[in-house]
Amino acid sequence: MPGGAAGRRARRSLRLGHGQSRARMCAVIAAAILGAIATAAAASSLEERLAPCLACHGENGQSGNPEIPSLGAQTAPYLLIQIFLFRERLRAVEIMNDAVRGFSDDDLNAFAEAIAKLPAPRPAPQGDPVQLERGRVLVHRYRCSFCHNGDLSGRDNVPRIAGQREDFLVKTLRAYKSNERAGYDASMADVMQPISDAEILDLAYFAARQP
Amino acid sequence: MGSALAQAPAAPPPTGASAPATGASAAPLPPGSPLLGRPDTEAAKKLAPIAPPPLPTAADKLPLDKLKLKSGFKIELYAAGVPNARTLRLGDKGTVFVSSRVQDKIHAIVEKDGKREIKVIASGLHRPNGIALHKGTLYIAELYQISKIDNIEANLDNPPKPTLILGDLPKDEAHGWKYLTVGPDEKLYFQIGAPCNICMPSERHAKIYRVGLDGKGLEVYATGIRQIVGMDWHPTLKQLYFSENARDWMSEDMPEDKLNRVTNPGKDNFGFPYCHQGNFTDPEFGWGHSCSEFTKPLVLLGPHAAALGLKFYTGNGFGSEYRNAIFLARHGSWNRSVKFGGDVVAVKLNGNGTVRSIEPFITGFIQNNNYVGRPVDLLPMKDGSMLVSDDYNGAIYRVTRNGHVAQK
Repeated sequence: MPGGAAGRRARRSLRLGHGQSRARMCAVIAAAILGAIATAAAASSLEERLAPCLACHGENGQSGNPEIPSLGAQTAPYLLIQIFLFRERLRAVEIMNDAVRGFSDDDLNAFAEAIAKLPAPRPAPQGDPVQLERGRVLVHRYRCSFCHNGDLSGRDNVPRIAGQREDFLVKTLRAYKSNERAGYDASMADVMQPISDAEILDLAYFAARQP
Repeated sequence: MGSALAQAPAAPPPTGASAPATGASAAPLPPGSPLLGRPDTEAAKKLAPIAPPPLPTAADKLPLDKLKLKSGFKIELYAAGVPNARTLRLGDKGTVFVSSRVQDKIHAIVEKDGKREIKVIASGLHRPNGIALHKGTLYIAELYQISKIDNIEANLDNPPKPTLILGDLPKDEAHGWKYLTVGPDEKLYFQIGAPCNICMPSERHAKIYRVGLDGKGLEVYATGIRQIVGMDWHPTLKQLYFSENARDWMSEDMPEDKLNRVTNPGKDNFGFPYCHQGNFTDPEFGWGHSCSEFTKPLVLLGPHAAALGLKFYTGNGFGSEYRNAIFLARHGSWNRSVKFGGDVVAVKLNGNGTVRSIEPFITGFIQNNNYVGRPVDLLPMKDGSMLVSDDYNGAIYRVTRNGHVAQK
């Protein structure tokens, strides 16, 4: 459990936080746990250090928070790259930059390996068959499956997108297309160049519903 | 040509060769056809851009024992732990400068008391792939701007922030990273690549530009260029040579990357997106065009080879055979089932600057269809040796003839 001043602040925030979104709350909890771990005298176990990650990203690999990705069964090389980008502030997301500040290279590897072992997220419930079919055709047309695998499970540095949160996928694809998210290399900016916003919605709809 | 050339292109086709030796037999499908998707072979499912690992490989894990050189040459470690090592440049006082593409830093390597030291001299940069040294000044081409640090070798321990000289370049991530070189006219040369695999580029894209060292007088130098990550100047003809990466997703074997030369500054158009490899038109954008409208390549460099850095070797250390030859790094393919490239080739020229031969010089970066390293750029040194950067391992190697270097 989080302790100390940071923990007390977090619990107070939670009581006051009825109007806040769940995402906002999870960030507060995560910050509190991070603060508690940072002030602990002894080195924390990996499990303890993972707790703030899971407060937002979900205990079982499945995020329940808007626009925060599920991490279950994500590929370790992709996770390593993202945590590295957060540490180096090459991907600017304040809470993530703060969360991995001071991580050693060994920390980056250990976290990537541990997170990759979380169970795969459950896909979103099956929905509109017409939109699903549009998404299936687009995955084929834009060759998503070449790199992300036929079942979109990802491999190596190419992330798993099967069962990912639909809102996160929409946000991410838009950010790649607009160059707002630079990515590690520019592969996705290249891929997104001919893809319309309507197609982004169909692609995300489909990927979120793959097991 | 020995067996090591098995993976290199056969004899380079003459400029303007007729139909390429390899090619698709079926008519290409229209863009957007669902049938253009993934074929059902296991090999073809495994095509994806290969990202360099973010952390450099430890010195004792580098693939030096796997690399094969032409007889009489030796390769050894020069520096490990240079993350995502890309463009190599040499300062007047012997400092080696190293850029990166997927990280934010530029490193300097200095030799002091027989030991090499690696220093970060600039950070917080956005894809600073292009660097050039000229009269003591370091020029840095980030994705969308060019800046400089004067008198850099005197300030390696406390370098000032770069000063902007040219801003407001397009911010496209796709092919947005730059190569930068200084011409014999003391101007900066760089490209703005096509922001796509294949598309109709805007007026600003798919061109080589030149601009004064003060960032003034920007002008177009050449057009119709998809993407460049290597340029150098012929030592006597003073013409710009550059490698160009061809489009993906058309075929395993076509189109090939090109080695080009600018002979008509401001007028040469190298064909993108209408004509590929100088001899066939694009299945979508080529209609109504002929490859005869465009400047031909000097030589083709192989399908999806990712021909990157190239340097003229003007020293004596490698023997007269290599004097004024081009060394060229092929980073290696991703958009091809059987990987191609992953080597350094020597391109020997005729007196008029056309290509006489192309032969393997360093091979072995591909093992069992996987990369153990990927060569990016080359740097001939004053002692006759040559450095090779490897962005996959974050390392720099040194090649010598029989281990000999000239005394300083």
